[in-house]
Amino acid sequence: MAKRIDVSDLDIYYGNFKAVEGVNISIEPRSITALIGPSGCGKSTFLRSLNRMHEVIPGARVEGKVVIDGQDLYSADIDPVDVRRQIGMVFQRPNPFPTMSIYDNVIAGVRLNSTRMKKSEMDDLVEKSLRGANLWTEVKDRLNRPGSGLSGGQQQRLCIARAIAVEPEVLLMDEPCSALDPISTLAIEDLMTELKDRFTIVIVTHNMQQAARVSESTGFFNLAGVGQPGRLVEFNPTEKIFSNPDEQATEDYITGRFG
Amino acid sequence: MSTQTSPAPAPVTERPGPVQSHRRLPRFAATGLYLAGLVLGALLSALTGFNLALTVVYGAVLGTLAVWLTSRAVEGRRKGTDRLVTCIVTTAFVIAMVPLASLVYTVLDNGLRRFDAAFFNSSMLGVVGEGGGAYHAIFGTLIITLLTTVISVPIGLLAAIYLVEYGTGRLKRAITFLVDVMTGIPSIVAGLFAFALFALFFGPGVRLGVMGAIALSVLMIPVIVRSSEEVLKLVPNELREASYALGVPKWRTIVKVVIPTAIAGLGTGVTLAVARVIGETAPLLVTVGIINGTNLNPFEGRMATLPVFAFYQLTQPGYPPELAIERAWTAALVLIMLVMALNVVARLISRFFAPKTGR
Repeated sequence: MAKRIDVSDLDIYYGNFKAVEGVNISIEPRSITALIGPSGCGKSTFLRSLNRMHEVIPGARVEGKVVIDGQDLYSADIDPVDVRRQIGMVFQRPNPFPTMSIYDNVIAGVRLNSTRMKKSEMDDLVEKSLRGANLWTEVKDRLNRPGSGLSGGQQQRLCIARAIAVEPEVLLMDEPCSALDPISTLAIEDLMTELKDRFTIVIVTHNMQQAARVSESTGFFNLAGVGQPGRLVEFNPTEKIFSNPDEQATEDYITGRFG
Repeated sequence: MSTQTSPAPAPVTERPGPVQSHRRLPRFAATGLYLAGLVLGALLSALTGFNLALTVVYGAVLGTLAVWLTSRAVEGRRKGTDRLVTCIVTTAFVIAMVPLASLVYTVLDNGLRRFDAAFFNSSMLGVVGEGGGAYHAIFGTLIITLLTTVISVPIGLLAAIYLVEYGTGRLKRAITFLVDVMTGIPSIVAGLFAFALFALFFGPGVRLGVMGAIALSVLMIPVIVRSSEEVLKLVPNELREASYALGVPKWRTIVKVVIPTAIAGLGTGVTLAVARVIGETAPLLVTVGIINGTNLNPFEGRMATLPVFAFYQLTQPGYPPELAIERAWTAALVLIMLVMALNVVARLISRFFAPKTGR
């Protein structure tokens, strides 16, 4: 299931503006990798380039290699739609489909891809995904109600259930807890720890305690200056980053002496 | 929880502070003053021989002045300005409503005289003088409008989807510009376009229902493109991204996520566009013409439509003219009722198809 991601010499552009430069990183399977760094330094941009969501924005493009299990995601014969089926994504703001019920939201990935499935199989998949997202007990009696009627934390877990229902190999999370209260955050962090047995998880976060709590490895992104591209300054095991980082810039950021 | 519970609240007036109580006018004083101004205006205009328009002008000015000056004297400058602006805005609203109310009243008053069963189940075939109806014209209008909708909705909707989801650069700008230009063309030009187009194939003097539908489509497509474009733009980009991130192709995202989310707005836009073209007269005059009998086939010969029916009943009433003019009023009434029904339908669509919040 879970796969290893190797990124080499990745440059990411918005039109002519180079947003991220020269990223080399190896993301281990069945682990949680956290990306931290100041706002605007390219963490989310980098994350979106891992499942080719970056190029949805007009004018955006990428140079360099992203290799998953020996396959270059950016080679010419790869369809971005196939990439996104294997690499799921959870966004900063919960975004359940407003026209669909909770049930339909969970199987949206399957149904929108017009995979044929029996009703009983769909029921099983919905239950399994919602259990996987720790949401089953809260919503099992109202699966046919609209997804937008849930609370923010429940909606975010619904989006996670939707993402894992298509059985991706990698799960990308772009600040999944930034719009949530501490209790919902804790629920989602527990969920990540459970999910890492099955998926490779990459999470962008502004919350350094969160990175320290959940991740095995941490990457620190930083800007060289205003208008300059962001760079991956340091990538190390999380304990090392938070106790004895190699770079002075990392230590300054973590201890709050940044800028 | 506060532990300082004072047994009796201190008198408000003695406390010096930023919030001070103001003197206020009694509740209905402002309305009363305004009405008094109107009465005074009526008296003033009566001095020079009574005149309704002058009464309204004098009354509005005097009433506004009375409210403003009194409020300023009693309540202070800020409140006075507030009352002044309220008076101006309300007066403007009432003036804007006058033509509408007058129109509805006049049409009802004149149209109800022939609003009977015969009007709805007989055509004008062989009718001279009394009787006759608009059965042929009502169905002609419905058929031609339906045909127009069938032509315009797919073209307009697909063009809007192109503009919002696919279009970039120069082509998109060119289409947007042309659509804007098309929204502004006079309806008679659309009629002459369809007339010239069909004259190329069938020779001059041809009259077909479908020609009218094409002329009306020229008017309806830009309206649909604009309204659909605005509605599709309102669909949050996050929903598209959520769908892409699940590995859903773009066209399927549009069909299954974007359009269902926007369906209420799209339906409302289409209904209002239909209401916009259903009363067009000039293009139908040159393309469809008029006929006394019933012709329900838009691909053969002239058809009758309500606006053109009303036009001819009014301009060529025959003898005695009152009977035809009454039929024209009733046709206008039926047309207004159709437009109102369409507006109600639009509201119902936007209410029932809007995404449910579940709360």
